[in-house]
Amino acid sequence: MSDPVSEPVSPMAASHREVVIIGSGPAGLTAAIYTARADLAPLVIEGEPSSNSDQPGGQLMLTTDVENFPGFPEGIMGPQLMTDMRAQAARFGAEIVTAKVSRVDFAERPFRIWIGDPDAAEPTHTADAVIVSTGARSVMLGLEAEQRLIGYGLSTCATCDGFFFRDQEIAVVGGGDSALEEAGFLTKFASKVTLVHRRDELRASKIMQQRAMDNPKIEFAWNSTVDDVLGESKVEGLALRDTVTDETRVLPVTGVFIAIGHRPNTDLFNGLLDMDEAGYLVTGADCSTTNVEGVFACGDVQDHTYRQAITAAGSGCMAAIDAERWLESRTD
Amino acid sequence: MAGAITNLSETTFDEEIGSATEPVLVDFWAEWCGPCKMIAPILEEIATEQSGSIRIAKVNVDEAPDLARRFEVMSIPTLILFADGQPATRIVGAKGKPQLLEELAPHL
Repeated sequence: MSDPVSEPVSPMAASHREVVIIGSGPAGLTAAIYTARADLAPLVIEGEPSSNSDQPGGQLMLTTDVENFPGFPEGIMGPQLMTDMRAQAARFGAEIVTAKVSRVDFAERPFRIWIGDPDAAEPTHTADAVIVSTGARSVMLGLEAEQRLIGYGLSTCATCDGFFFRDQEIAVVGGGDSALEEAGFLTKFASKVTLVHRRDELRASKIMQQRAMDNPKIEFAWNSTVDDVLGESKVEGLALRDTVTDETRVLPVTGVFIAIGHRPNTDLFNGLLDMDEAGYLVTGADCSTTNVEGVFACGDVQDHTYRQAITAAGSGCMAAIDAERWLESRTD
Repeated sequence: MAGAITNLSETTFDEEIGSATEPVLVDFWAEWCGPCKMIAPILEEIATEQSGSIRIAKVNVDEAPDLARRFEVMSIPTLILFADGQPATRIVGAKGKPQLLEELAPHL
C-alpha cells in the first residue's frame, strides 16, 4: 500500500514502515499478528531485556503458570505463551527488533521514532501509523535501600530468584493477584512467606485469596507499611510500621519480593499523547485512538481497569484493526 | 574455538577461570529464568564479536548451586567478570546489549 498523501520530501536514512508497534506484550504481539496478516509488514520494537516487567514479552515473562488465558485447559507458562505469540507474529511477516525506543516525534507525518541516541538528527524509523503497547512496569517502594539491596535478597522477579531462598523466611510486599501468585510460588522454596499488606483485606481475586489463606506456609502482616529494608550487603529484615497503631517492628527475613503494583510505561510520550493523572494513555471510547490521529494505544499502557493478558490481547486486536482502517481511509 | 561459550561446573570452574588469559564473563543462569533466556543471544553475540578480548562462560545454578552460594548469587541472571582469576565486576539483572557493553568496557 503506497501512500500518495505524504510526499517523499527529503531523502531519509530512516527506514519507513506503514505500521510500527512499540512494545511486545500480549497487546503488541496481537497487534503484530493482525497487522502482519493484513499485509502491513509491521515492525515491532520489542524493548530490551530487563529483570523488571519492562522487557520483551512484558509482564508475563516474569510469571509462571497462566491459568486464565482461554485455550490452555492445563495452563501455560507465561514466558512460553509470549514465545509462542512472538513466533506467531513472525510467521506472518512481522519484523521484531530487540531494542528500546529512546524518542518519538508525532508532530508531523510520517511519525518519527528513534532507537539509541535520542539527539540524533535522523530518526531510526518513520511510520504512517504507530501502535503504542509499552505496557506497565512494577512499582518499587522508593526506598534508598532498594538500589543497594536489589540482587542481594531484594527482588522484582520471584520466578528468577525464588530458588535462592530455599528453607529461608522471606516476605512479599503487596496485596493484589500478582503478590499472592508470587507468595504461593515462593512457598515451593521458602520455609515461610509473610505477605506484608498495608490494609486489613486483600484486593486480590477470591480464588487467589482462598489459596493463600489455605497455604500453611503463608502468614499475613496486615496493616503494615515498609519503612525500610534492613541490611548493609544483603537483606536482613524489614522495618514495618503498623498503620493503625503507628508502632514499628522488625520482621527478620532474608528475602523481599516487591509486588505493590504497576505504573504505565509512558515517559516517552510525555507532552505528546494525552494521559490521565496516573500516566495511563487516554484512548477513545470503545476504540484504541489517541489524541494524535494515526497513533493507537492498546494493552496495560491505556488500561487501569482490567489489566489482564486476555484484555491486552483483545485491545491489541482493536488497535490493529483501527490502524488498518485508518491507513485505508487515507489512501482512498 | 573463538567465541565459543563454555559451561562451567563445580569441578571445572577454578581451573578454567584460573587459567584464562583473557577476562571471563560468567553468566549465572537457569532454565526457568525468563530474563536469563532473553540475554542468552546477546551474550552469544558478545562472545563472537569480542572474541580475543573477553570469554563468556555459563554456570547453571540448578546444576552448580555451590558455585552460586560461593559467589553469593541471589538473583539471576547475575554476570560476574573475572579478570586474572578474581571477580572484577558484577552485573545483576538482565540488561540490553548497549548497557552491558558499557558496564563491561572499563574492565576489558
